[in-house]
Parts: sequence; C-alpha cells; structure tokens
Amino acid sequence: MTPPGTPPGTPPGTPAGTPAGTPTRAIVEGGSLPRLPRHVKLRFDKARDRWVVLAPERVLMPDETALEVLQRCDGETSVNAIVASLAEAYEAPPEEIREDVSALLQDLADKGFIQL
Amino acid sequence: MTPPARIGPDPPLAILAELTHRCPLRCPYCSNPLELERRGDELDTATWRRVIAEAAELGALQVHFSGGEPTLRDDLEALTEHAAGLGLYTNLITAGVLLDEARVGRLVEAGLDHVQLSIQDVDAAEADRIGGFAGGYARKLEAARWIRAAGLPLTLNAPVHRHNLERLEDIIALAVELGAERLEVAHVQYYGWGLKNRAALIPTRAQLDRATEVVEAARERLKGVIVFDYVVPDYYAQRPKSCMGGWARQFLNITPSGKVLPCHAAETIPELAFERVTERGLAEIWRDSPAFERFRGTGWMPEPCQSCDRREIDWGGCRCQALAITGDAANTDPACGLSPHHAEILALAEAESARADSAFDYRRMARPVTVEA
Repeated sequence: MTPPGTPPGTPPGTPAGTPAGTPTRAIVEGGSLPRLPRHVKLRFDKARDRWVVLAPERVLMPDETALEVLQRCDGETSVNAIVASLAEAYEAPPEEIREDVSALLQDLADKGFIQL
Repeated sequence: MTPPARIGPDPPLAILAELTHRCPLRCPYCSNPLELERRGDELDTATWRRVIAEAAELGALQVHFSGGEPTLRDDLEALTEHAAGLGLYTNLITAGVLLDEARVGRLVEAGLDHVQLSIQDVDAAEADRIGGFAGGYARKLEAARWIRAAGLPLTLNAPVHRHNLERLEDIIALAVELGAERLEVAHVQYYGWGLKNRAALIPTRAQLDRATEVVEAARERLKGVIVFDYVVPDYYAQRPKSCMGGWARQFLNITPSGKVLPCHAAETIPELAFERVTERGLAEIWRDSPAFERFRGTGWMPEPCQSCDRREIDWGGCRCQALAITGDAANTDPACGLSPHHAEILALAEAESARADSAFDYRRMARPVTVEA
C-alpha cells in the first residue's frame, strides 16, 4: 500500500506538497499569443477535401470559423489581432466577434489543441 | 472545388498497426486475442511499409503503432519515419519497459508525434503484480520522464478494475506529476483476456459510481491542464457505447501476421473470415471485405436497434459483447436497456463483482505442441 501523504511515483528528493512546476489552466486574454503545439497539426486532407486537425488520438474537423481562427494561431498574432483580422475579413464589428473567438480559443486550449 | 466522387464507405480515420503480439508484460486484461500470433508469422518491414502507404493513400490520418509491445520490433523507427513522411500522425502505444533514452531520441528524430504509455497501478508492487513483470513500474516512470524530456506529448493510459480503483486519485496525481497532456482512465473491457478474467476484475457498481465521481471532479479541477478520456464498463449502463465509432466506419486493425480486422477483438466472432494484407490491397479490404460489410452501417440491425433513434449514435453497440453474452454477434448489445438480454449482463456484473478475488489467468502464448519422438 502507498503510505498516506506520499504521492505515488514521487522521485527521491521531491519535496512533499504541490510541486512548484504544477501546470495551471491558461486563460485566453487579448494579449495571448495562441499557437498550435508541435504535436497538433493542421493539415489539408485530400481524401476528404477539407482541413483537419490531427492531435493525440483525436481528429478535429473544424468548421469554417474554427478553421479561420486556427489558421491565425501562429504564436505571433495576439487574440486582439486575430479578432481585428476576422472583423475585417467578415466586415463585422470586432466587439461582436470577440466573445465568440475568445470562447472558441478557450475551448481549444482546454482540449489541448492550442497553447497560449 | 467539388470533392471527388467516391463509391463505398468513407475512409478510415486511423489504423491500429499491431506490429507484434510479443510483450514482456502479461496483463490479465490484454486486448490481444487469446490465441496470440507468433514471431515467425509477423509481417516483415517491407510489407508494413507497403501497408502504411496503402493506408495513407486510402485516407487514414493516423497510425497507432501497437502490439503486444511494438518496441520489440527493431524497425519501429523506420516505420515511424516512413509513416510520418507520408503525412500520417504517428502514435506509439507502449508499456514503456523496454525504452531507453537513446531510443526515445531516435523515435523523435524519426518524426514520432505522440506516445501513449500504459500504467497498471501507482503502487509499485501492485503494478508489477497486475502486469506480471517485476520492476516494470519503476521502468515506466523512467520512460515517462525520457518521453517528456524529449518534448514528446504523453498520454497516460490507466486500465482500471477492482484491484486499482481505490487508488484512482493517486493515478490522476501521477499523470499531473509526469506532465501528461492526457489521461485515459479506461475501465477494463471484457473481451479476450479481459473476459477470461472478468470475475477477478469487474468492479461493483458502487466502485464504478465512485470512480466516475472522482474523474468528473478531477476533469473540472484540472481543466486546461489534463484532458481526460474516460471509458466506462457498460455492464452497468443503460445504453451501449459506440464501439469503435461503429463497425468498419472509422478504424481498422492489422494483426502482426497481416489480418485486417474492424476491431481488435473481432476474431472472437467465429462466423467472420478476415482477409490479409498479403493477399489483397487494404483499400479493397476496407471497401468490400465480407467481415467489414457484415455489420457496417445500420442495415444488419435487428429490432430494437433498427427503429431506434440512437442507431446512428451508438451503431448498435459492440458486436463482440453481443456474442460474448448472448451467443449471437448480430444481437443488440446487451449493455442496452432495450436488449432482451440486458438483465443477464447486469446479473453477471453484480454476481461476479461480489465474489472473493480469484487468481489472474495471465496473458501468455500458447505452448507449442511437441510430440515426443
């Protein structure tokens, strides 16, 4: 049995309690620079004639909006800039699309498809 | 641009390439068939390369290198590089006990995208007892650290059952500590070896309910940190799982000797004959092999499936489970509350989970029959 209080698999020398490096949830902000992690791949699939996102043991078939957003997740374009760019492309006021884009990015981040 | 006209089924999303059935571990719930294939029958590297190319051509997007233990094949790097070069997303499903740091590095260089590492428990002695391999747990932890240090994303796969469910919180804590992106908490499925050991493994309903609460709470607490994949045992369910996303709809499985199956347990269904990649092209097998056509879509379904509004949600559940419990693979999955056999599966689960623990019947190759001369 594992003694109470000892996290299983703890390597020797690791102090008890929450490790300093414990990751936390990243929250989408206007200045966030979303990017696809190395192991997530946005690819055009000829067999299905559509864009697909390949991730560990999952395939995401993005709709048009999600694709437009994902194609701008290059690690250099901020959420603010993505919103501005989409507003221009769709001739829509930025304030109207900001909420949708943020919610979409947060969902993609929570599911591991993008990093912030 | 209009999509090219296509006759026949949509292409598979992924292929599971069982490179070998050999494995140093002996888990009593192994998803391999009871009759394991031998080393001498394994496909050679050239044939695997051709099959992987055919899979990419057919429209598969991902290849899962699995086993047995795929790292026993010394062509794993070459096959990974080949698949990655064809644009396939490459995933290694491993027990991890044979990996070393140099090999992880070679796999990264070959273009490996992701590793799924199994763990049997978080109590080292229990983990080694369940896997039937002394020292395995310590090696797995080492492997996980090499994988993360190499920058590879990691999914920890934890098959759960009544011998380790009480430590589920600790399993989740381990996944966080190791830096896994995903954790699969997979209740053991009862086919093949799992079916053989069902009485020793199946949890009580109270244990299952508790596990579900633990996972749901952790999923909320660890949102944005770890993605959970939770596979429930449907012996206690009211509706069946969408097994494989529907028979021959999204996946195909290739055994070490080259048999092409709609799912890894399909060989338990005696009425089906499976074709081999050495006899016919993968695209032809996918399109019209009788074993794939037998339960594809909804045409084969009996009532109550045929008129059910969930028929294209769960696709009738699992054919292997229907066979195992009702004796006929074409019956409605008895996990469904609408199946006339539903009471039997629930009674089995309740009776077997209440039994005292019995010994495991560990996974093993059948001994070759020798004749004294």
